[in-house]
Amino acid sequence: MTFTAQAHRTLTPAAVEGLRADFPILRQTVYGQPLVYLDNAATTQKPQAVLDAIAALYTGYYSNIHRGVHHLSQLSTEAHEQARTKVQQFINARSDREIVFVRGCTEGINLVAQTFGRERVGPGDEIVISAMEHHSNIVPWQMLCQEKGAVLKVAPIDDRGEIMLEAFEQLLGERTKLVAVVHLSNALGTINPVARLIELAHARGIPVLVDGAQAVSHMAVDVQALDCDFYVFSGHKLYAPTGIGVLYGKAELLEAMSPWQGGGDMIRSVSFEKTIYSDLPYKFEAGTPDIAGAIALGVAVDYVQHIGLEAIAGYEQELLDYATEALTAIDGVKLIGTARDKASVLSFVLAGVHPHDIGTILDRKGIAVRAGHHCAQPVMQRFKVPATARASFAFYNTRAEVDALVAAIQQVQEMFG
Amino acid sequence: MFSDLRDLYQEVILDHYKRPRNFGLLKSANREAEGHNPLCGDQVTIYLQVEDGIVKDIRFQGAGCAISTASASLMTDALKGKSLQEVEALFERFHRLVTDSSAEAGPELGKLAILAGVREYPVRVKCATLAWHTLQAALRGSGTVTTE
Repeated sequence: MTFTAQAHRTLTPAAVEGLRADFPILRQTVYGQPLVYLDNAATTQKPQAVLDAIAALYTGYYSNIHRGVHHLSQLSTEAHEQARTKVQQFINARSDREIVFVRGCTEGINLVAQTFGRERVGPGDEIVISAMEHHSNIVPWQMLCQEKGAVLKVAPIDDRGEIMLEAFEQLLGERTKLVAVVHLSNALGTINPVARLIELAHARGIPVLVDGAQAVSHMAVDVQALDCDFYVFSGHKLYAPTGIGVLYGKAELLEAMSPWQGGGDMIRSVSFEKTIYSDLPYKFEAGTPDIAGAIALGVAVDYVQHIGLEAIAGYEQELLDYATEALTAIDGVKLIGTARDKASVLSFVLAGVHPHDIGTILDRKGIAVRAGHHCAQPVMQRFKVPATARASFAFYNTRAEVDALVAAIQQVQEMFG
Repeated sequence: MFSDLRDLYQEVILDHYKRPRNFGLLKSANREAEGHNPLCGDQVTIYLQVEDGIVKDIRFQGAGCAISTASASLMTDALKGKSLQEVEALFERFHRLVTDSSAEAGPELGKLAILAGVREYPVRVKCATLAWHTLQAALRGSGTVTTE
């Protein structure tokens, strides 16, 4: 076992108990058992501070933004734009002009595919992804390739679930117009060496989009240090509500891109002869946005930064190591995804028991896990399994919950004899 | 500890999961269809040999959870020798049994009745009915079917 975190940067069990109290939903029982929520890779629960922020907006100062001269509109606009600045600082973007609010990670990737992609990719060009991508970082590129007569190239992964660097590098060629790669795999837990991948791509002048859907809640992300060209993530996997997400793009790239959707808020002036678009980031934010979502995301960012991403990463690494050891000690359990650099995700199969049955039985024990292909069917095909069961952790999970998971898996085995 | 789960995972179901009956290719088949449940990756192929409106033989192949495998296994056992009219009637009865909590399991359902526990697990109903929907596709000649 490796413990990469420094001991003093991690959370104590007492601190975690305190943080659990911030999440009202975790207090409940399911089928008479205390809820053990281990489906954090699908979505995370919301702390009271985030819930309060939404209530405070709608009960105190809600209005439409960016165009009102009245008091409430000014307050709402200010809170919305403060949230943008919080996100900018959270991922260390140069400017808040580089932070585009979208519906979620999927929309962010589609935005890049439909603007940047359509402008830069032509017949015979290539886009490189990896074999561990979520469907949301496969299908938008397939659609683009189909439209343009371009080719999707897939960098292979090895039996541990790590990207094969040499093969990746060999795929980068003169026709490669973009690399799109996941930071932290939702199906395998692999942390990709994105800084290295970006370096290799940039050496050939190829821009890189990083899918950070899973990563942002588990590790500190610095887009300038990574030097990625685009970075996308969703609020709901970062303790904020659904419906809000972020597309980060380097200003010079965003400026050169055409708008995606047309409408209000993304224009400076409109006549029937000619429309002049707004500056960044509003050019990409047509229509009334998810005002509450953005404000709540800002509060969620404050919340995790108050705990500290390093402390979160350290604690979650210890918990993952503990769970990995406990699960692999069970006869018949096989982990899918054993990368040397992993976070938060334990995907596994159990000899003689289908993941769907594991999911149902664990559910009756109050334990929420995911069973299925995790929107990563090519990963399932790579490891020749129809599906896996997946436990995925957040900082509010405990060793006692891992113990409950292990005991329940043993009961599944008893039942299936 | 397992009392309510045992309503779903009864011994007969686990037995049919571990030792599915009528499993494998049916060379004499004159009807077949493939069914998928994309949600969980379950996949089943139903092969039928139908002569003079009678199911002379029936087999299945595929990979799935305990519920879908046991359901396919029990279904093939139940349908052998039945007329297509009887098959249709059984499908209706079975579908009602696993979806309608007031439905009674009549004697004509035989062993199929043990799948009634599925109705307490709404997300698993599709597992229990996948083989049956695939059977219908085979009889109607529509080739493939998905449940989601």
